[in-house]
Amino acid sequence: MSLEIKSDSGSVLVVKVDDLLNWARLSSLWPMSFGIACCAIEMMGSMASTYDLDRFGVFPRPSPRQSDVIIIAGTVTFKMAERIKRLYEQMPEPKYVISMGSCSNCGGPYWQHGYHVVKGVDRIIPVDIYVQGCPPRPEALIGAIIELQKKIEQESLLNS
Amino acid sequence: MNEASQISEFGKVFIYLIMGVLFVLFTFFLGWLVALKKPNPEKLSSYECGEEPTGSSWIQFNSRFYVIALVFLLFDVEMVFIFPWATVFGQEVLLTADPRWGWLSLIEMFIFVGILLIGLVYVWKKGDLNWIRPEQLLPAAPTKIPFSVYQALNEEKYLIKEFTLNNVLVEPEKVQAASNPSSFKPAFKPKFKKPAE
Repeated sequence: MSLEIKSDSGSVLVVKVDDLLNWARLSSLWPMSFGIACCAIEMMGSMASTYDLDRFGVFPRPSPRQSDVIIIAGTVTFKMAERIKRLYEQMPEPKYVISMGSCSNCGGPYWQHGYHVVKGVDRIIPVDIYVQGCPPRPEALIGAIIELQKKIEQESLLNS
Repeated sequence: MNEASQISEFGKVFIYLIMGVLFVLFTFFLGWLVALKKPNPEKLSSYECGEEPTGSSWIQFNSRFYVIALVFLLFDVEMVFIFPWATVFGQEVLLTADPRWGWLSLIEMFIFVGILLIGLVYVWKKGDLNWIRPEQLLPAAPTKIPFSVYQALNEEKYLIKEFTLNNVLVEPEKVQAASNPSSFKPAFKPKFKKPAE
């Protein structure tokens, strides 16, 4: 991937532009501050000091214009789905979606009788990473962030 | 480095400013160069927490915010002056050169903040920080009933039975007799239907 040449005066780093861009992007995955239901509590917990998602460069942003990833943390109702779709559209490319918890994966406990629940957020926006759990523990969300970083590492921004 | 410099000290500051602007512009240019551009009407609309934006963003603010903004600006600028002061206040080079330096700068800062505080007290005393609320007019309807009747109704006290544990125990046989179970017939019988497989 990258080649380091060491000399007496210091070191030189030779790297592909694509790799450099990917490294920069995956090291500063900024999610939107967007929590819908109880999974958002776990999301807040993983961003707070105990689990400290900030060490992965994950730092919640107040606006979709500044964010790279939207974490759908909670039950997606039909009323909310419209807003989620609009928020997703308002994010700049390249954008990613993490579906956190059973509700946003497939409807969760509302899969059969929930007349008001969208059976999976992937019916309205494309999801990159699914996190299972009801709600998932912070470790699971951290795992999702790491998986997303692996996915970004394989991408090529300049050739897309 | 004995020869006289071609540029003055202000010239160096000027170069510093130009380089600062160029660095920022260069970073913006890099971002513009590598960013993906896929505009659509939804993305170009203004962000309203996911809601459909309505109306114009050119709304009028209450002019009472003006005084608040002025007072805020006063203390904002104060902070700008305090930060460089804080860097030279405790400098050991200056302190060893003259031990009175620390006291001098401290008293100077107290005088500076004191003058600003007098300004705040002045604004407070004059009542410019008071938020004048609009007077509320209670709606009144023409009626022949005098106002005192309403007032008497509002002030009427209702007798409340005092709570004791003795009243709680009710014998179940009495309840059974009172409800008369032989003629009891529910008006609505809930039915549960199994969902179709």
